[in-house]
Amino acid sequence: MATLLMKPDETSSYAPKQTYFSPYSFNGGTVLAIAGDDFSVIASDTRLSEGFSIHSRDVEKTYKLTGTTVLGSCGFHGDVLTLTKMIEARLKTYKQHHQKTMSTSAIAAMLSTMLYYRRFFPFYTYNIVAGLDDEGKGCVFSFDPVGSYEREAYRAGGSASSMLQPLLDNQIGFKNQQGVEKVGLSQEKAVALVKDVFISAAERDIYTGDAIVIQLVTKDGIKSERFQLRRD
Amino acid sequence: MFRNQYDNDVTVWSPQGRIHQIEYAMEAVKQGSATVGLKSNTYAILVALKRAPSELSAHQKKILPIDDHVGVSIAGLTADARLLSNFMRAECLNSRYAFDKPLPISRLVAMIGNKSQIPTQRYARRPFGVGLLVAGYDSQGPHIYQTCPSANYYDCKCMAIGARSQSARTYLEKHMDKFRECTLDELIKHGLRALRDTLPSEVELTTKNCSLGIVGKDEDFVIYEDDEMTKYLAMIEGEEKVTASAAAAAAAATAAAEDDATMDAEGQSEGSAPSQDPTPAGPEAEQKMEH
Amino acid sequence: MASTDMIRNEFWRNGPQPGSFYNFPGGKNSEQIGSAKRTLQPIVTGTSVLGVKFDQGVIIAADMLGSYGSLARYRDFSRVSKVNNSTVIGCGGDIADFQFLKSIIEQRVIDEECLEDGFSYTPSSLFSWVTRVLYNRRSKFDPLWNTYIIGGVDEEKTFLGYVDKIGMSYQADSVASGYGAYMAQPMDARSLNKYEVAIVTKDGVEIKSPLTSETSWDIANFVSGYE
Repeated sequence: MATLLMKPDETSSYAPKQTYFSPYSFNGGTVLAIAGDDFSVIASDTRLSEGFSIHSRDVEKTYKLTGTTVLGSCGFHGDVLTLTKMIEARLKTYKQHHQKTMSTSAIAAMLSTMLYYRRFFPFYTYNIVAGLDDEGKGCVFSFDPVGSYEREAYRAGGSASSMLQPLLDNQIGFKNQQGVEKVGLSQEKAVALVKDVFISAAERDIYTGDAIVIQLVTKDGIKSERFQLRRD
Repeated sequence: MFRNQYDNDVTVWSPQGRIHQIEYAMEAVKQGSATVGLKSNTYAILVALKRAPSELSAHQKKILPIDDHVGVSIAGLTADARLLSNFMRAECLNSRYAFDKPLPISRLVAMIGNKSQIPTQRYARRPFGVGLLVAGYDSQGPHIYQTCPSANYYDCKCMAIGARSQSARTYLEKHMDKFRECTLDELIKHGLRALRDTLPSEVELTTKNCSLGIVGKDEDFVIYEDDEMTKYLAMIEGEEKVTASAAAAAAAATAAAEDDATMDAEGQSEGSAPSQDPTPAGPEAEQKMEH
Repeated sequence: MASTDMIRNEFWRNGPQPGSFYNFPGGKNSEQIGSAKRTLQPIVTGTSVLGVKFDQGVIIAADMLGSYGSLARYRDFSRVSKVNNSTVIGCGGDIADFQFLKSIIEQRVIDEECLEDGFSYTPSSLFSWVTRVLYNRRSKFDPLWNTYIIGGVDEEKTFLGYVDKIGMSYQADSVASGYGAYMAQPMDARSLNKYEVAIVTKDGVEIKSPLTSETSWDIANFVSGYE
């Protein structure tokens, strides 16, 4: 019987080389975003891999959507490409119909419905939207692959998210620290922290490395910075 | 224009070999307010005269954005224009989605031509009642195209359509050899002067009644309206309407040739308008069908 | 009773299954259609394709073997193809799927030439289109079982891109598919010392075919376990 996923027949032993079709692959990559008072930072590594091989060391996974919104998206790169193309088309249509650019929170709400639309054949993508909200405050929205989302202060997603998130909990959320002075996060501190946590992730996660691209979103626009990671 | 025995249906020829319904649809374009399109080496621009249907309502939009590299201005039935612009927007989005490339202007216009042809040959259909000026920039440079309800389209150096647009065309014909080398500001000035020539003597161009669309090399299509027009209108302020008398004479001549009082599409009476078919200016213009 | 069970089974054996007596027009069930029309596995396959950018253009190379499993079945299959004067495409994986897509591309190029409007496929637009086609086919669970490498020159800029059968694509200065992804030379049993190279520069496309490389197996004797 042909099943949807067409898995190999594991009982047969004669075939020297078995192929089967999976509509997904995992291409690695990690995204990370932090919201400040009047800014937000979003970063991704630039490695694109599959299994034990690296396809490219120079594929950015952050996508500038508007002058105040950046999307970070990783997972199955084919879905990432399709999803970002669909978002771009939706943003253009929105602008034509409403004579204004879509706000960050509206983009987040739209992305949620776009992901849920494919609930039963999901986009295998981890998404984080970062930018400025309607009041000019930094904002971060994190998503699961089927569209559940919430606004947060900071979030890591993708391959090394389970390594980055506890570090951010400690350094930004001041979790598990005693007698700590809870000071606000500056732009410089946020960017430095992003570099540090990615250096750490690249040590242990083979799907994260090569370089990171950091996008700093402020009222003056989006500033892009590149930072080298280990390339092995 | 007079009613005719053979004008009830778009699928019926007249013995003279004409399809009157298509010709009536062409008349609808002349009911809309005037709009002018022209281009230089690096820019294509549109200027349009906006009308308000009544004192109580705002001015109707005349220039519509289609994609980053193309926009249109309209003359005729606004609702038909909306349908066509939705179609054009969808085609432009498709091109970027499938080919990662802006849709070439010539292909976009050809698509409108093909779409517009269908209701000129089918029973129980009516042709579109709108003419478009399409301004765009692609890898072959800036373009101005004119489309008609008859499903003809023309590649133009410059063009004006809509009510009293003959005056604007007269201006354009007189100055068009200068357009190629124009700076953007000079081009806008020519556009506004041409548009101004379509106005009756007691009416002036104001920030309320005109708008401007610009597209150029590495510059997305932008529309300027209301207060944004102040600086452009200031550039031609106080200039004498040099061609006004000549244009008026030309307009009067053509109006007299064919006796037709037209009604304003947006509800205002506009008096008699030139009813001669707008003919493409310059040798580059390409005539797709014999008139 | 066991014997009646056996009789019932015997009764239906080698015959149509209950419920499948009737063949309504077009009335194949989805399972039958699915297994009949989908590429579940590649049949005749090509191995690696390589693509490299150089200062004025792009080179794409592939050998000419069509493998049937581990059998070196066909020895004259062309896996690189000129699309137009600026674009070439190379392919690994199922050769029938490649020839199918190639014929569609060729027809589209002819249709486009007939427009005579001065626009034609660029490497990047063909790359985008192939990515969309492969992604859509994988989304229908009806994939084209190929890896494509698309290269060329557009307005003096070189282009090289990779697309796989699930619509995963990227651009890079050098790309390799299949076994060649691990080492940029085909040392695979399913490869052949007879290959083609397509070179694109701003002056056009040149396909060199067939080529062979001089090989030396003298050192094989020094490899322990080879004898």
